[in-house]
Parts: sequence; C-alpha cells; structure tokens
Amino acid sequence: MKTVLALLVVVLFLVSVATGPAWWPWRLGDEVGWAIVLDLRLPRAVLGVLVGAALGLSGAVLQAWLRNPLAEPGVIGISACASCAAVCAFYSGLAAAFALALPLAGILGAAVGIAALMSAVRAGTGTVSLLLMGVAINAVAAALISLVLALAPNPFAFQEIWLWLAGSIADRDLRHILVSAPFIVAGAALVLVNRRWLDALSLGEDAARSLGVDTRRLGLWFTLAVGLMVGAATAVAGMIGFVGLVAPHLVRARVGFKPGATLAPSMLVGAILVLAADIAVRVLPTSYELQLGVFTSLVGAPFLVRVTRRARSAWLAA
Amino acid sequence: MTVLATRSLVRRRGARTVLDGIEIVLPGGQLSAIVGPNGAGKTTLLRQLAGLDSPDGGEAVLDGSRVDRLDAAVRSRRIAFLPQSASVYWPLLGRDLVALGRLPHGADLSRPLAPADTAAIERALARVGGTSLAARRIDELSQGERARLALARVLATEAEVILADEPVANLDPAYALEAMTLLKAEAVRGVCVVVCLHDLGLTARFADHVVLLVGSRLQASGSPAAVLQPGVIDAAYGVGFRTVDIDGIAQPIAWTYRGQNSSG
Repeated sequence: MKTVLALLVVVLFLVSVATGPAWWPWRLGDEVGWAIVLDLRLPRAVLGVLVGAALGLSGAVLQAWLRNPLAEPGVIGISACASCAAVCAFYSGLAAAFALALPLAGILGAAVGIAALMSAVRAGTGTVSLLLMGVAINAVAAALISLVLALAPNPFAFQEIWLWLAGSIADRDLRHILVSAPFIVAGAALVLVNRRWLDALSLGEDAARSLGVDTRRLGLWFTLAVGLMVGAATAVAGMIGFVGLVAPHLVRARVGFKPGATLAPSMLVGAILVLAADIAVRVLPTSYELQLGVFTSLVGAPFLVRVTRRARSAWLAA
Repeated sequence: MTVLATRSLVRRRGARTVLDGIEIVLPGGQLSAIVGPNGAGKTTLLRQLAGLDSPDGGEAVLDGSRVDRLDAAVRSRRIAFLPQSASVYWPLLGRDLVALGRLPHGADLSRPLAPADTAAIERALARVGGTSLAARRIDELSQGERARLALARVLATEAEVILADEPVANLDPAYALEAMTLLKAEAVRGVCVVVCLHDLGLTARFADHVVLLVGSRLQASGSPAAVLQPGVIDAAYGVGFRTVDIDGIAQPIAWTYRGQNSSG
C-alpha cells in the first residue's frame, strides 16, 4: 500500500507543478517558463508535500496517543495556538527581523496548546471532554488573534494576516521550505521511532507501562514532535484544517487498526490530500483562487460529523 | 524460584492511608489470591507489585530487588500485568492483540514478527484455546472471547510473574472457570500468579494462598482453608457466611446481610 501511496504523491506533485494559469510551464521553454516552475510551482508543490505529511502524521499520532479518533491539530486547537503565536510574531515585527521567528513562534504556540490540553484531559479520555477542551483552546486562541488583528497598524497588515490565517501554500519560495522542512522532518522522525509504544497504548496507560512504556517521557516526545510538525507547517501555510482528521481514518482499516502501522501511510495520505486540494483550488472556476484552508475545511467538516457519530462505542471491554 | 514480596508496604493518598504495613510473600509455582471488600486496597496492592506505583514506605521486591526501581524493559519481561476490565481501544485483530505481549521482547507490530515471537504468540493462543480467534477482529467477539485473548496477551510475554486484576469479573461461569483453570495451569508450570478476586468460591477452589485485605490492612494470609473461614471473613465483609463442602473444598457462601461493611 505504501508504494501505491508514494507513487500517488509523485504523480500529484508533478500535476501540481504543471497546474496553474500557465499550464505545463516548462513547455514555454524560455526563461519565463523556467522561472514559473522554479520560483512558483516547485516551492508550492514541495510545501504541499511537507505540510500535508506533517498534518497527516500529527493527526495519526494524536489519535493513537490520546486514543481518540477525533484528536486532530485543528479540532483540538493546536493549529489555532500555532497561528496565534505566529500572528504575534508577525505583529511584533519579529518575523521581519529574522527568518526563523515565524516557525519558532508556531512551534512554541503549538507545544503550549498541547501542554494545555494534556493538563486538562487525560489520554484515553472521553470524546466529549476532549472536544470541550478543544473548543475552549480554540476560543482563547481566536480571541487573541482577533485582538492582534484589531491592533493591526494598517488595513494592508490586517489583510495580510487575515489571508495567511485562511491557509495557503501559494506564492511561497525556497525560504519557506528551508525554515519549515528541518522541523517537520525532525518531528516526523521522533514520532516514527516511537511507533511501537503507540501500539502498547491501545491497552490503556497501566498495561502500556507494564509492557515497558515510559508514558511520561513518551508524552514529552509527542508534545515536542507534534509541536514541531504543526508549528512549522502552520507558520508557513496558515491553518489547514481536517487533513489530520481525514488521513488516519482513510488508512486505519487497511492496516488492521494498528496505531503504529497507521503513521507512515497517514503521512503519505496527508501529502496526497493537501496536494490534491491545492490543485483543486487552482482548477475550480472561482473568480479569485479559493484559500487552501477554506477549501479543506469545507470538504473536511462533514467528515468530522460522520466520525463523531461513529466514535461512541470506542473502548472494547474484555 | 521467583519470589514476589512486600515489606511493611505503605501507600497514602492524600491524608488517607490506602495500604498500611503490608507484609506478604508470594512464591512462584503458586496461585495467590488477593481478596477483600471493595475499597480494601486490592488494586493498589497489585499495582505496587507490578511496579506501576511507588510506595510511601516499605517496599515491594522481586527476588530481593525493588520492583518500582527495576529497569522498565527488564520489568516488562519479568512481570506481565492484566488490568481490571482490560479494555482495548482499537478493533485490532486477535493475533495483533496477543502480539502486544511480545513488545517487551522487542516485537514491532508494523513489521513482520521474529520467529520466536510468532512461536510464543501461537503457544499463548493454543493455551487459551483461542487459535480460531486469531484472524477475527476483536469488536466482533463476545466478552468471554475477548477475555481469552486478553489472557493470551499476558501469557505471550512468558514472564515469571503474572498479575491479574479481577480477571473473571463480568464473565459467565464457563469463561470464569476456564480463566481460573488457565491461570492455575500457569502456576503449576512454575509462574508466580497473583490474582485479585471477588469470588470467594473460585478462590477456595483455585488459590494456593489467600491474602485478605480489610480497610487497607492485611487481615489474614494463608491457605484457603485457614483464611476463608466464617470466623475470619464474617468480620471482614460484614456478612454472615455459611460453608458448603463440595469435593472436600469448603465453599464460603455469603448468607446473612448484617447491614454494615467493616471496611467503612
């Protein structure tokens, strides 16, 4: 299955490079054509893969760790915290002062969001308390973002922040890749080396510990890893919701519901979803290009409703 | 031979003392049952024995070394633990559930398993009569069948110590007898089996050693015949017991309700 998914990522990557107002830009064969490929299309496609993989894997690890199929960076407010911190970096001028300020702020915000969540709910908690906590975190982050927007120095700054919040990977360049890729790769590696212990957590905290899992240290690793991935992805692409929710759900049944085995395919499916959505917003006949985050939310929200309905009978007592 | 023991074990929760100076010795090759009324501290004691919790005083030791300070990897190979109402979150396949018992030996469920792991899983499945459940998803199984697999998961670790918290709660008589027979067989093979139980009839029949906890203290410890006498357990449970002799085993039956539970 992984081979098929990887192939699909490659195909969509190429389609993404080819798609836009100028189709197959390399056919132009001149400087303009190559400039379009190198400066516009390639960074966009690379970021599509990076951001999608980060969100897909984050969703998979959060769902396995919290043992809740609704855990997702957007739903539980982690993306909003990352955005909030990044907006503050924008507003304070830190982002203009040095390039890494934005991703670092995003990572810090995301990590604070997870820490706040984990201090209030225990892993394996019921769906209701998890979602309520998500609502609370989202509300606080949204309020802070509104405050910063209200203080925006001029309408242009306001619009810039607003558009960035809606989520997009258009008009990005090599710098955006350089400041996000290392963090995303590091976070992904941190999750993947610990995947065995996610399987143990399907038995609950005590049984997992008796099988040799250091649950406290694992929690710190996952907080850091999801912080790195969601923080860096949000800092360069804004809020792109529901990818982390949908990707693991599409994968799970095909890997026998084993949490550890869900990770790598979720990463690939995440990349596929973001690439496909980003191609779709360019192809759709809208007068202005739809923001990527707006599009994934419109498509993903009904999915959330479906999963919520199914999530009731979660634990299987023996 | 493995010996699991506690020395003046004390555990407090806030101002309350939940285990008060517990001294027990649980040797390998025996099935030891921890019994007592609700809230007596049975689960707390079992978690101490499993090294999942540290004491506020005294110690729990496995062959002389403190359980809670054992390296997690070593402990996970030596002690297998079955929590109360052992739940499984994802609808795994039966075989994958049992394979979790091999994690302490380095198994990775995302990769093909080593021959030694596969062999241990097959042995465990065979021992619980669950070979036919291996390819089924656990959400399609009955509670009794899931309990069988949960037990197989614990057996698959092939540990020297098996700790099970109320393994027969919620099981019908057939599955309850089956589970106790399996645990007893493990004890006969030399494993140190420790089980928290509410069913005193099953305790009288299957246990080699009974530990009676009442109100966080050790009330009695010894053979089933010595501990499960009306004179001892009447006060412990606040109930008048009668005993019926079946095949030479005195089966205690709670008979008269006295309206108060001595554990408070």
